[in-house]
This record gives sequence, C-alpha cells and structure tokens, in this order.
Amino acid sequence: MTGARVEVVGLGAAHGRSRVLDDVRLTVAPGGWTAVIGPNGSGKTTLLRAVLGAHPHEGLVRVDGVPTADTPRRARARQMAYAPQRPVVPDGVTTAEYVGLGRTPHRPLLAAPRAGDRQVVADVIARLELTDLADRLVSTLSGGEQQRAVLARALAQQPRVLLLDEPTAALDLGHAQQVLDLVDRLRRQDGLTVLSTLHDLTLAGQYADRLALLSRGRVVAEGRPAEVLTPAALAGHYGARAEVVAGPHGPVVVPLRGSGRRCGSDRSVSPGGGGEGG
Amino acid sequence: MTAPAGTRPVAAAPARHRRRTAVVLSGAAVALVLAALAGVWVGALPLPPGAVLATLLDRALAPLGVDVPGGLEGTGAAVLLQLRLPRVVLAALVGGGLAVSGAAYQGVFRNPLADPYLLGAAAGAGLGATLVIAYAPGTSLGPVGVVPLAAFAGALAGVGAALALGTAAGGSSSATLLLAGVAVASFLAAAQTLVQQQDSDDLRQVYGWLLGQLGRARWTDVVLVLPYLGAACLVLLLCGRALDVLAVGDDEARSLGVHPGRLRLLVVAAASLATAAAVAVSGLIGFVGLVVPHVVRRLVGGSYARVLPAALLAGGAFLVLADLVARVVLAPAELPIGVVTAFVGAPFFAGLLWSGRRR
Repeated sequence: MTGARVEVVGLGAAHGRSRVLDDVRLTVAPGGWTAVIGPNGSGKTTLLRAVLGAHPHEGLVRVDGVPTADTPRRARARQMAYAPQRPVVPDGVTTAEYVGLGRTPHRPLLAAPRAGDRQVVADVIARLELTDLADRLVSTLSGGEQQRAVLARALAQQPRVLLLDEPTAALDLGHAQQVLDLVDRLRRQDGLTVLSTLHDLTLAGQYADRLALLSRGRVVAEGRPAEVLTPAALAGHYGARAEVVAGPHGPVVVPLRGSGRRCGSDRSVSPGGGGEGG
Repeated sequence: MTAPAGTRPVAAAPARHRRRTAVVLSGAAVALVLAALAGVWVGALPLPPGAVLATLLDRALAPLGVDVPGGLEGTGAAVLLQLRLPRVVLAALVGGGLAVSGAAYQGVFRNPLADPYLLGAAAGAGLGATLVIAYAPGTSLGPVGVVPLAAFAGALAGVGAALALGTAAGGSSSATLLLAGVAVASFLAAAQTLVQQQDSDDLRQVYGWLLGQLGRARWTDVVLVLPYLGAACLVLLLCGRALDVLAVGDDEARSLGVHPGRLRLLVVAAASLATAAAVAVSGLIGFVGLVVPHVVRRLVGGSYARVLPAALLAGGAFLVLADLVARVVLAPAELPIGVVTAFVGAPFFAGLLWSGRRR
C-alpha cells in the first residue's frame, strides 16, 4: 500500500449562488502531506469535500492521473478515506464496530464482515492503541479518543489518500499533537498521502511538508511552510499581527498583541495600544 | 453490558456480540410463538389448550400427509381457524412491519423520535379512510372492503407527496424530507378534519378506525398485506448494514462508498410501503413503531444489522400480546388496540429508561 499523487485542477465550487472556490490548483506528491490553511470562510472545508466528491464542483480531481469522477463510488472509497471536522458519532455502537465500518467498500454491501475484515480491524485497533476501548461505546469516548477512533475507521479502509478536515479541531494542545504525531507516523510507515485542513498555523507548519494558503476561494500561496507562512501573508490574508520564528521542524507563528510595528506588513493596524507583544 | 477494560483479545468482542444477538433473536422468536399460542387460546369461547395445539399441528402438518388426532370440531375449529388465527397472524405481521419501519425511519433520519407515521403515512391513510367512510360507506371490491384500499392509497400518496416536495425543495437531506413530511401531514390532517366535521354521524366510525382495530381481521386481510409487508420488510432487513454506514453521517457514508440520498429514498419507500399495508388493515396503531426499536436497541446495541431483525420479531410478539390484552380487559367489549399499546408500552418503556439510567 503506497500513497497516490493527488492533483486538483481548476476546481471551482459554490454554495447556492455564492462562489466559494475558484480555479484551485493543487498537487500532493505521493506520500506527501499538504495542509490547506486560510482564514475562516476561505473555503477549506468545501475544498476537502469537493476533493472527496461530496460537494458539486467543476474542474478535475485526479488520483494517480485518473479523474475521480470516472472512478466508481466504491473503488473511490478504497482509494480515499475522509475524516470530517465534526464526526457524527452513532449511538449504541462500540469502537470495534465503528472502526469496522471502514471495511464497507471492501466487501459486498449486504455481506457480513469476513475473517480478513476482522483481522484488518483488529490490527488497526491495536496500532492506534484502542484495544482497551474496543468494547466501549464510541459515544462515551473522550474527544481525543473519538478522533483516534475516526482515524482508525479511515485506516481500516486501507486507503492511499487520507482527507482530514481539521483533525485537531476539538482537541487541546497535547491531544492535538498526539493525533498529528500519529498521522505523521502512519503516513511515513504506510506512505499515505495526506491532504488536510488545519487552522492552527504553527501545527500546520510543524507537521505538513507543504502548505497551501487559501484566501477567498483561491490558492494565493503554495510551497514549503517557511515559504508560505510569512508575516506579510498573515497580515494580508488573515488581518493578523504575528511574528514568524524559525523552529526546528518548521516555522512557529507567534501572535502579537496591539501595536502596528510589523516589518513588511502592508496592513498594519492603527497605532497606539500596548507596545509590542511578547 | 460494558466490559471491563482488560487484556482480552479484540476478536472476542464480535463473537460475544454475535452470541448475544443470537440469544436475543431466538428469545424474541420464542416470545412470538408463545404470544401467538396464547392469542389463539384466549377468547370468549373457551377452547381446551390441548385441542388447540392439536388442531394447529394437524393443519400445519397436513401438506406432509401427517394426521394429528384430538383436534377441534365444528364451532371450535371455526373460531380458532377463521377468527382467532387470522387475527393473531395479522397482529404479528402488522406489529413486526411497524417496528421494522420505525427502526428504519429512525436510522434514515438519525432521529430517535422518528416513527413510521412521520412522513404523512398516517395522515394520508386517515384522509383516505375518512373519505370512504363519509362518501362511500359499505362499498367493497370483491371480498375486500374499500376502507383498507383507500387507507393504503392514502398512506402511499401522503409519503409520495412528502418525498416529491422534499426532493424538489432540496435533494434528499434528512432535514428537508422531515420538514416536507410535516407540511404534508398537517395539510392532509386538516383535510381529513374538514371532511369528518361535515358529517358528524361518521365521527365514531372514523375514530374507531383511527385508534386501530384488529377485530375484523380475516384471512383476506392477511392475504392483502402479506406481499407488500413481506417485500418491504425483506428490503429493509437487507439495508441493515448500509444503515449502519449512514449512521456516521452523509459525507462519511459517501466516503465509504454508499450513496446516502439513494439509500434514504429506498429505505423510506420500503418502510412506507410496509406502513401503508399495516395501516390499511389495522388503522393507526401508535407506539409500536416508536418504542419497540428502542427496546430492542437496548438489548442488541445500536447496529441496524441486528436491530432490524430483532425489531421484526419483537414487534410481532408485542402486538399479538397487546391485542390479547385488548380483548380480555373489558370482555366482552374490546379496547382499541392503540390504547393498549400505549397503556402497556409506555410504563414498560419508562421502566426500561429508569433501569438504564441506574446501570
């Protein structure tokens, strides 16, 4: 199982009459991790849902050169797994059963899980350290545990591409790091291609190997984290005052309070306020 | 029911689940058989239990050429085979059909309050029956009265209108379908009240029908509903695993290779067909479709692959018992069965909720 090249070509989408995405171009190399960043409402989630095929769109999404629109639904499900920002947690279903749903595209819809399916599920559960939680109801797990269960379900699909919409949205810093470490380990071990959205810029810069900055439905910058995360880009597209510090694994974004003294900022906020932050 | 976190291998969990499901399913099947036996035995005309069993066995084994002696004769046999047996069979079919439909509706709309009457089936059937009772009383087509046919057509028309409105308004998302169903149901209910109020002589008959009745059950009714109920229940049972996938959300279902909209329409259509058939022969029997799935869920967990078959059996057993109570409590008069299902079912369900809270 190796990752696939994901290409997004000229993708556009709308919510009703308002355009959300325009001519988005994006390539994720096999085994790469691209994080889509951008201010609220820039179209990150819509982009991910369009790549999944869950949002109507124009343009093309290709996996290893084959347009997904030409791939049958179930074959596509064996290629691409998806974890939404707010997973729907079904009632009365155990973690093991929930993870087992990931086997759906691998067996006839009417058939019961087979021994092979159960083996994959058991392996994934062991790998994500969910063994002790396997019999617990998913609805009783903590946020971090649920996020791991969602990842386990996606991995049980044995996909080549993981689409993760804000995998850390509901998590505190420690649990967010655990989940991202896990994704990074899985992608390195299995060679999975990861396309995720991440609103936390520092985490995005630390974990992803490429960032795509989405602003008003267009990709305005794409490249290595240090190339994309610049104070100018943060000021211009987020309206944020921040300093970018080089860290050992990528740039660290430090938000600053008050003052308008920002080098390279073309949109500094009015003077006054309480000096320089930090 | 929760297992202690321990070192037990993961593979043990599904095996334990399957065993538990097998126990619940066979328990429900046994309950259904016992309820049916009690149902044909109890009644105004006392029948010796041994003879009842012998007669049933005799009839069941007749095609094999086996002759069981000691059966009932004359009036006793007629009461058993022409009055009580079709009634019990019909109660089991209607109860099972309503419970499966209710569970399916709850799954498709991800809403624990959904029941088979949600999308206008009840209101449509009510309007159909009321129209016939008011304007064409006593007509019949062959052996079948017109009221069941009108109720059947009304129920299907009601759900059909809700589906058409819902899909026209915004695809097959669950919220749109639900709202369309609410709109259609209120409109049809208003139309029914309008017809009903024009002629107060019919009120009693309409209310009697609305509250549900199995008292006039004959074999023709069983034959009338069996094809629809059977086909619809089969489709629903086959959709169990797909409903499990739908339970994690539309986008995720799509990412797992299931088309949520098509699945929703298929399940709603099948559940509505079952409901329409049930309503046609028994009127509106509440509570079965809402509560039996919840009871069953507490026993076998939330997976629809297990809930649906268990609901089929448990719903059948429950309605046979409820009908028995309806016949006995005010004998020789009968309570409307809808009153009994709520009267027996509500406290039972409350008790279940209470015991679940303590667990």
